[in-house]
Amino acid sequence: MDSSTVALASFQPIDVVLGIVVFWIALGVLGLTARQNLRFIGHILFPVSAAGSLILAVTGVLALATPPETRVLMLGLPDLPFHLRLDALSAFFLILLGGASAGISIYSAGYFRPGETLVAGLYGLLYHLFLAAMAVVILADDAYLFMVAWEAMALSSYFLVTSSHRIPEIRRAGFLYLLIAHLGAIGILLSFGVMQGGHGDYTFAAMRASHLTDFWASVTFLLALFGFGAKAGILPLHVWLPEAHPAAPSPVSALMSGVMLKTAIYGMLRVTFDLLPVQLPWWGVVALLLGLLTALFGVMFAAVQTDMKRLLAYSSIENIGVILVGIGLTLVFHAYAPGPLAALALAATLYHCLNHAFFKSLLFLVTGTVLHSTHERSLGKLGGLIRRMPWVAWLGLVGTIAIAGLPPLNGFASEWLLLQAFLATPGLPSPYLSMLVPVGSAAVVLAIALAGYVMVKFYGVIFLGQPREEKLAEAHDANWFERVGLVWLALGCVALGLAPAFVLLQLDHVTSLLTGNAVGATAAQSGWLFVVATSPERASYSPLLFLLGIVTMLLITFVLVRKFYHGRVRTGPAWDCGYPQQTARMQDTAEGFGQPVKQIFEPFFHIERQMPSPFDARPRYQGKADDKLWYALYLPLARLVERLSMLIGVLQRGRIHIYLLYSFVTLLVLLLVTR
Amino acid sequence: MTSSIFSQLFQTLLVVLLAPLLLGWVNQCRAWLQNKSGAGVLQPYRVLHKLFHKDAVLAENASSLFRTAPYVQFACMVLVASIVPMVATDLPFAAAADVIALVGLFALARLFAALAGMDVGTAFGSMGARREMLVASLAEPALLMILFTPSLIAQSTSLTTIVEVLAHHRFVLYPSLAFAAVAFAMVALAENARIPIDNPATHLELTMIHEAMILEYSARHLALIEWASAIKLANYSAVGIALFLPWGIAAAGDWQAIPFALAALLLKLLLGGAALALLETLSAKMRIFRAPEFLGTAFLLAVLGMLARLLLER
Repeated sequence: MDSSTVALASFQPIDVVLGIVVFWIALGVLGLTARQNLRFIGHILFPVSAAGSLILAVTGVLALATPPETRVLMLGLPDLPFHLRLDALSAFFLILLGGASAGISIYSAGYFRPGETLVAGLYGLLYHLFLAAMAVVILADDAYLFMVAWEAMALSSYFLVTSSHRIPEIRRAGFLYLLIAHLGAIGILLSFGVMQGGHGDYTFAAMRASHLTDFWASVTFLLALFGFGAKAGILPLHVWLPEAHPAAPSPVSALMSGVMLKTAIYGMLRVTFDLLPVQLPWWGVVALLLGLLTALFGVMFAAVQTDMKRLLAYSSIENIGVILVGIGLTLVFHAYAPGPLAALALAATLYHCLNHAFFKSLLFLVTGTVLHSTHERSLGKLGGLIRRMPWVAWLGLVGTIAIAGLPPLNGFASEWLLLQAFLATPGLPSPYLSMLVPVGSAAVVLAIALAGYVMVKFYGVIFLGQPREEKLAEAHDANWFERVGLVWLALGCVALGLAPAFVLLQLDHVTSLLTGNAVGATAAQSGWLFVVATSPERASYSPLLFLLGIVTMLLITFVLVRKFYHGRVRTGPAWDCGYPQQTARMQDTAEGFGQPVKQIFEPFFHIERQMPSPFDARPRYQGKADDKLWYALYLPLARLVERLSMLIGVLQRGRIHIYLLYSFVTLLVLLLVTR
Repeated sequence: MTSSIFSQLFQTLLVVLLAPLLLGWVNQCRAWLQNKSGAGVLQPYRVLHKLFHKDAVLAENASSLFRTAPYVQFACMVLVASIVPMVATDLPFAAAADVIALVGLFALARLFAALAGMDVGTAFGSMGARREMLVASLAEPALLMILFTPSLIAQSTSLTTIVEVLAHHRFVLYPSLAFAAVAFAMVALAENARIPIDNPATHLELTMIHEAMILEYSARHLALIEWASAIKLANYSAVGIALFLPWGIAAAGDWQAIPFALAALLLKLLLGGAALALLETLSAKMRIFRAPEFLGTAFLLAVLGMLARLLLER
């Protein structure tokens, strides 16, 4: 065996991932050399980067089954090298990153337009730094590198969010995002600080070995929940999502919502199940309750939105809620009855993360194309685009069905597994939990069902009906790069939906790493066509048979109807009960579609209504539904901070001798204290 | 295997062909209760025949989604009919979906109906779509809670297993199932667009829900939708029977029991249809914003049923 084969044999997946990270950074820097060359950056740089994403995803799949590998990079501070580790959990999230970003990057290739606010080269650099930072977050094996990558991720995405920085609202949205990202980072930093247990070693390996008491473990968990929750958008730290997502360019929104939120889920799973030595049952209850609140809150607010990207941002909050419910359920099962049920709940959670990455990216990119071709983000001014943009509309329909949680696509598969896990909760040994947790599943179903409502609104108002504005007649369909990106993500939704047993078999490596149990063998016991929750008698589901059944019935019906009856069709104006002079303004607006939800769930909203008086010559009605938490939590907090800083501001006198006095007093105090 | 495929085909065809009869029976009963002579139980077939022979009139701006949706709805309902055990439990296709997946299949059909309702872009179409989705999303949590109780008893969400456990094991009376059954009846009324949530006979513009959504359809498309909603009623009845009154459904391979099972099914459907007609005659349609209260009551009953199961029956 010569040296080159040895080198090749020792070439592990982790090296490939590192290579991709370097490759991405290099691509970003390369883009700077031709900052204004849209053709080069769009048609060469981004497709090449998408190829890198694909390689990353494939490497992730290969790395799932291989034992954990570690690398130490002699970078960073002296005596404080970067530790990297690739285990099954990291590999899973790398697949998510690679799979979703492959579609987003190839879409981005067609997204550049001359005259857009941010210089293309700069955008390419930030975009690739963002990708690389996310990959490093997933790979990091010490708190130091983790925080460096985490901050790089936050900053690069901040600059991407504020790429149209000349608009004041976008600057405000960016500030809010940065603020909450850093509040969260403090929480994460503190949780790492608690976990290293005072011996000053910040590698994850040392944290795994440390012995924390239940109290300190709980403190760590809560800090991590706060810190990662701020990034994921868990109530009450969700306020940045509906501001930042609409502000960012659509591929960036897709990347943030589809992938970056999942890095927070990754962190939560890493800390809770891998780094902490114990998992207490009440953590699960906390996570479950927070998740339920977040999911319901998100979907209710999504229902009343009028901006299509804000709607999707709130829908992301809902999905993060569902994922958090899954984590909570896993914790409850894991703490009470370690067994395959915890693995089932965890598999459902991870599956939903992957699904959300695909369908939410798809829908954000769909809004991107709509935005580009109509210059309109408000749902009240869209409509009827299925006739002008068939590619986008039909691919968007795939995303809509997937996110609404309907069979046979992917959203349903993970939600089905989650509900199956819920169906086992009456068997929990704690009498209160065994009664209350099943009722919680009703809240999850309410959120999922309302998500269906929201998606009918989203799709119906944008793509169906009559165009609400004249200019929509000039809307054009997506270009070829955009189509490829959309098709890739839509295919992902279909494939993930049709092969749940295969996905669960792959997830086994992760669930056995985190909970010590596997579900794949159970899931695939009735053959690859079916997915089985715990036993075939208990429940099974076969999306492929579903699809085949529907398609067969559809064709049979179609052929029979055509064969036995004539196919004559006349066209005429819409009937609408015979009312004449129908205009596009008589359709449901986005506000109208959301109105029932606003009325039924009124206590959850902060509603400002302006009613016309009976004598108004020009009557106007205005109803605004706002976030109650904004008024109950954020504004008082902001006022408090302002008051405190006013008080501190008293110290700031602007004269040099007073500042010298301060230094002198500080010195004296320090001397007294350290004496 | 061939026998079970035969029973699969037999049951599916039976439901698809006889579903309009159930609808006709309900309408006839209601006519009798209202002192009318009625159009006869075969009237739905005449309507379908008439609709299939007419020329379809499409709105000028209808997209291809509008023309596809009726076929999707029909296909979904036929698929459900091939999964719910009605006559015998040996259905090879039943393993493809448990009862939660069935709810998903109903929801898929509804999504297409709602999207098609919004497609032409008329005031009533989008109003109907919005209301239908609203009622459905409020009904679904209640439906899940209802399904919890029988699936706790049978330790399964597969309908065939539930039927096997309830009908073919030791006979036990479960009080929890009574709560769940009442709640199921309420949810089924809402999901099938019946009084008191919706009125299938109305064309009063502002009270319509389901009818408003399909206002723009005509001829064969409308026929498929009407047929699909007849099958949906039959399917919902069959799910109710499987969960709460499964006695009589033949066990797998028990060929002698089939005629008896058919008779039992017919009897249950006749009685159920008459009860539905009675209920619709006695009650009035409620305002749309009363629907949350109605469905909330169903939800509470279902939770009571589940708690009764957990507290009393162990």
